[in-house]
Amino acid sequence: MNQENLLVGLAGVLAAAAPILFAVLGETLSERAGVINLSMNGTILLTAMSGFAVAYTTDSLLLGFLAGMLIGAVVALIVAFASITLKQSQVAVGFVLALTCRDLAYFLGNPFMGVSGPRLQAAPIPVLSDIPVLGPVFFRQEVITYVSYLAIFLAWLWIYRTRPGLMLQGIGEKPAAAYIRGANVNLMRYVYTVIGGALIGLAGPAYSLGVRAGWMGTISGLDGIGWIALSITIFGGWNPARAAFGAYLFALLQWLGLVLQPVLTQVPSQVLQVAPFPLMILTLLLVNIGNAEWVERTLAAMPESTRKFFAKLLRAMRASPPAALGVPFERD
Amino acid sequence: MLRGRLGSFLFQSIAFVLALGFVSLILLAVGASPLEAYKNILTGSVGSMRKFAEVLVSFVPLLLVTAGLLITFSAGLWNIGVEGQIVLGAIATTWALRQFVDSTMPPALAIFLSILAGMAGGAVWASFAGMLKTFGGVNEIFGGLGLNFVSTALTLYLIFGPWKREGVASMSGTEPFPDVFSLPQLPDLRISPWALGIALAAVLVVYLILQGTYFGLRLKAVGRNFRAAYLLGIPTWQYSLYSFLICGALAGLAGAMQVTAVYHRLIPSISSGYGYLGLMVAMLINYQAIWAVPLTLFFAALNIGSIQLPIVMKLDSSLSGVLQGVLVLFVLLVEGARQKFLKKA
Repeated sequence: MNQENLLVGLAGVLAAAAPILFAVLGETLSERAGVINLSMNGTILLTAMSGFAVAYTTDSLLLGFLAGMLIGAVVALIVAFASITLKQSQVAVGFVLALTCRDLAYFLGNPFMGVSGPRLQAAPIPVLSDIPVLGPVFFRQEVITYVSYLAIFLAWLWIYRTRPGLMLQGIGEKPAAAYIRGANVNLMRYVYTVIGGALIGLAGPAYSLGVRAGWMGTISGLDGIGWIALSITIFGGWNPARAAFGAYLFALLQWLGLVLQPVLTQVPSQVLQVAPFPLMILTLLLVNIGNAEWVERTLAAMPESTRKFFAKLLRAMRASPPAALGVPFERD
Repeated sequence: MLRGRLGSFLFQSIAFVLALGFVSLILLAVGASPLEAYKNILTGSVGSMRKFAEVLVSFVPLLLVTAGLLITFSAGLWNIGVEGQIVLGAIATTWALRQFVDSTMPPALAIFLSILAGMAGGAVWASFAGMLKTFGGVNEIFGGLGLNFVSTALTLYLIFGPWKREGVASMSGTEPFPDVFSLPQLPDLRISPWALGIALAAVLVVYLILQGTYFGLRLKAVGRNFRAAYLLGIPTWQYSLYSFLICGALAGLAGAMQVTAVYHRLIPSISSGYGYLGLMVAMLINYQAIWAVPLTLFFAALNIGSIQLPIVMKLDSSLSGVLQGVLVLFVLLVEGARQKFLKKA
């Protein structure tokens, strides 16, 4: 592979990661506030379909993206209402929505299947795009990819460097304490779930108007992407920067799968395409294993020096969810 | 009046009406007649004996999966990996049948052993999710989802790799087995009474385990309050693993039925989403085994009834999934509203 192909490939990885990034960042915000939005897989499909349908009908890409955000927000609102106000299981409601929105996308998207419509064009940034190596990789992308860079930065800044972000951490970790400090816990959970949902809703149009333009129904190849995003959220330890790393890593692995295909001819192509999933399980295992009881016992039995090494290693990998994730908050 | 069984039934009826109303609005929005759509689903599912037999073909795996999920739900586990457990059941059954095809073993024995292999395959796959949960601290939802993707990859690998058809491999699956290796079917109908009997027996066994055994009682204790169960001396993590194994075996049985009674080979989408649908049925019946049979039958009828929608009305057959999902969603929402209302009253 020559250098030019490599740069184009890496640029493609950044573009392909954009939708996953929006989904992961949205889920991170929602879960930071204590609400698991399990509907993600359905939301992405529904917003991909409707984003494309709206852009096709109105001939406005912007309206397509806005439609996606609106629908993502509405689905998240249902999750919030069912779990916060009606105290139903977040997992149950989210899962049902994941399936329902998926089927709704296939049902309503039927007339738009295989239609060619508007799509984003590459918008190189002047000056920056001429930097050798970095320019072609980072700055000759579609607008939505630039937005995705910005979203990582803003989400990180919001959570770790602002007062409301500090409160957000509190709502997910110790809602009772946040309540005493004057936070309206349930209202804030509504707000963050809906904002997170709107971000997840960007993921769909980012596919159907960018990465893989158009709507192809069940053969869109999008089914499953939401579940991956959910795993990356955990891998990311609810930290936007680490989550971004996870999303890029995943996109890189998928690209490598495609690139390696001609080399590994005896491996069927379908297998390479799903290669990231076993790796995902493995990383989830590495991230979580430090929390298991038997690991602590084994560590305690080790000699001092080895123990220190492994303990450090486990701590570096470990990601603990917000303490109040999935737990309803009641004033009493 | 809102308390107790009658109140619950009343509210569920409201949920059903709301769901039907909501889906009717969607149909009106796309310019289709709701009544015509429902009529087509009805005639498409129970309009003839042949169609009803198709409903039963779909009913068998769905009931087996739902029965298995009642066990994991009782233990407080969200076994979303059930989809992959069906797939591994189908793979193991196919593997076993491939060993017997050229042997002198009586076909009946070969089928029996292959079905057992399928149950073992599903149980082993479920044990992965179980061990990831108990020893690795990986939530069963994420471990299970990952394993589902891996199981799909494994199926495709086998169909396009080692088990590929003579000549060219294709999405149509592996070489079909000779007829003698199929569970016997009713004359002119695709349903096998054996498969139907096995599924009904399985749900009965699950009902008895949960209602009438010490094991079931302890399992439910683990599900309600893991810590309290542990303090009471119940070997909690072992019980979690047992429930994964039982559910996996039943899901594997569903996969075995797909191979021996329906497709007679391994196909790429052998699990057909029955695992996810089973989770929905289990939620809809509020994890009560007694309602499993009628509602599974209802969901299967929706699945089959909607198949002719694309031909007759040019509507996508995913309408059945929308109907099922909206129904479960409204049941959850209305139940939440009822509990909130009761608390205030």
